[in-house]
Amino acid sequence: MSDKPIIDLRAVTKKFGSVEALRSIDATIREGEFFSLLGPSGCGKTTLLRMIAGFDSPTTGTIAIDGEPMAGVPANLRPTNMVFQSYAIFPHLSVADNVGYGLKRKKLTKAEIAAEVEKALAMVDLVGYGNRAAHELSGGQRQRVALARALVMRPKVILLDEPLSALDKKLREQMQVELRQLQKQIGITFILVTHDQEEALIMSDRIAVMFEGQIAQIDSPEGLYRRPASKRVASFIGVMNFLTASARPSEGGLLVKIPALGQIKLDRSAMPKGFDASDVKTVGVRPEMLTILFERTDTAEQEVKGKVLDTSYYGDMTYYTVELPGPDEPVTISMRNTAGRSVLPAGSEVRVGWGSDSLVVFE
Amino acid sequence: MNSAKGFRWLAVYAVAYMIFLYAPVVLLPLFAFNDATIIAFPLKGFTSNWFTVLWETEALHGAVENSLFVGISTAVLSTILGACAARAIARYRFPAKQSLVGFIMLPLVLPEIIVAVALLVMLMQLGLPLSLWTVIGGHVLICVPFSVAILNSAFQGLDQSLEEASFDLGETRWGTFRRVIFPLVLPGVISSLLITFTISLDEFIIAFFLTGTDVTLPVYIWSQLRFPAKLPSIMALGTLLLALSVTLLVVAEWFRRRQAKRQGIDPGSTPQGYI
Ligand SMILES: Nc1ncnc2c1ncn2[C@@H]1O[C@H](COP(=O)(O)OP(=O)(O)OP(=O)(O)O)[C@@H](O)[C@H]1O
Ligand SMILES: [Mg+2]
Repeated sequence: MSDKPIIDLRAVTKKFGSVEALRSIDATIREGEFFSLLGPSGCGKTTLLRMIAGFDSPTTGTIAIDGEPMAGVPANLRPTNMVFQSYAIFPHLSVADNVGYGLKRKKLTKAEIAAEVEKALAMVDLVGYGNRAAHELSGGQRQRVALARALVMRPKVILLDEPLSALDKKLREQMQVELRQLQKQIGITFILVTHDQEEALIMSDRIAVMFEGQIAQIDSPEGLYRRPASKRVASFIGVMNFLTASARPSEGGLLVKIPALGQIKLDRSAMPKGFDASDVKTVGVRPEMLTILFERTDTAEQEVKGKVLDTSYYGDMTYYTVELPGPDEPVTISMRNTAGRSVLPAGSEVRVGWGSDSLVVFE
Repeated sequence: MNSAKGFRWLAVYAVAYMIFLYAPVVLLPLFAFNDATIIAFPLKGFTSNWFTVLWETEALHGAVENSLFVGISTAVLSTILGACAARAIARYRFPAKQSLVGFIMLPLVLPEIIVAVALLVMLMQLGLPLSLWTVIGGHVLICVPFSVAILNSAFQGLDQSLEEASFDLGETRWGTFRRVIFPLVLPGVISSLLITFTISLDEFIIAFFLTGTDVTLPVYIWSQLRFPAKLPSIMALGTLLLALSVTLLVVAEWFRRRQAKRQGIDPGSTPQGYI
């Protein structure tokens, strides 16, 4: 991966009649990056991807690929290739002819095409499938053919619109890992559209979270999870407990008061840029950032007393719903079921441990 | 037990139904090979003489040529029109689409005699002379609905993302048509050509009303029915037409099923699924 930008989106908007599918999208995607567009259904992910591919044009704004403005450049002349959600395998052609479809327009001999096709099939683990007809393939194999058909063109960017959504859970998880490895190996930029936050976290170098035609945050998976920019992003990626809070500046940082937990001094750096102490209205804390102190000897940076209201047992984990002091909703706390640790029954009085690292501040 | 009995009745019903439907048709070849001028039982003996008589009838040759000309022109024209309509139905949204499609399909249920008379009146008003071309016009009118129904299923089955994939892989619009769309709808096109040709070949009423001095086969047959001596050779001609029609329909169905299979659709579904 380099820092060279490969795709530049500047103030891109798209209207379908009166529907504003995209409102002012700004983003830079770097060369060799695995970039995901993540968001709920109807937020405009597909629309954005199709505009990069050239199937649609922005209402306003510019899209540049590798420094070249793409306005007026049709899809067949763009250095991008798409893996469709339906795979769009040509049903009347064999696997090899599907993969070689785009090469026919390049000035290559038959033998060169055959060699390229073989190489691409090897990349997606489909050696020996060249003569199969499209309808003789399983879902996962179709997906690989669609990918090989894009790879063989050696585009600058490969666009994938929910490529794994048609596969069953097990195959999907396997393909997530394979796709990620393949992308790292060949180094082509991938842009993936998905509404599955777990998939985005597993596969991507960076993720753009979109809501209603706007990008809410672009960050690495860890950045998104640990430092979500808004409550909405926080609850879209994983689970987060929200607690009312207030803060005032104190030397070098701020003093945050949380009725449910107590008070704590946070570093200035814990606050998003352009944020004032008076803006702090809520803190967020992930279920795994709170701990139930089982043993008398267990300690934590801070402690608060609570009462277990409910438990959900997941085998490796147990999720506790715990009532804390103050006016907030009960919080969810996840605990690993390590050896010798039993599940607490509802009604148990517990000590809950937390610390300054556990918290994210919000408006 | 009950169901076994039910099954027996069903079988009886099915056989009776088939006899009712096809017995008259079977009479056609029976008398075509019968060695007698009178169409009546008992049969006299086998002869292929009536076919030779057909072969030697000059007037018939003209009628065959006319029918072929009308049939082929009708097939090509209605398939082209049908393809345009089917493509538009499958791909675009436009106001009043449903009612427009309904109007295209309407000739399917209109009594042919009404269509024929209406067309005749209109041609008279316009002062156009009757000819084979006016017959073709009438035939196209009644064939387009069939063509639309057949091709509509072909175009509906054509996933739009296939076209986009082709375009995305560097192919031009024309190249996409040549390499993806055409091969995928070809079986449907052939099926439409064959069926519309068959319909035109067998059609009598419109041909009778709208033709000038040139007659098509069915009209010729009708004109010959006045001469009892010609009846057996008409039976022979009918036999040939029957065989040809059945063959064409079977081939058309084969192509339609192939179409469905290519697009990965259950071939059992009817081509008229749309109507
Ligand atoms: N061709 C179109 N005409 C009119 N509206 C459209 C069109 N395409 C998309 N839209 C609208 O634009 C918005 C964004 O659609 P888009 O397909 O980009 O969503 P998405 O994020 O891909 O959703 P999903 O996860 O369901 O695929 C939606 O409200 C949709 O109804
Ligand atoms: Mg989508």
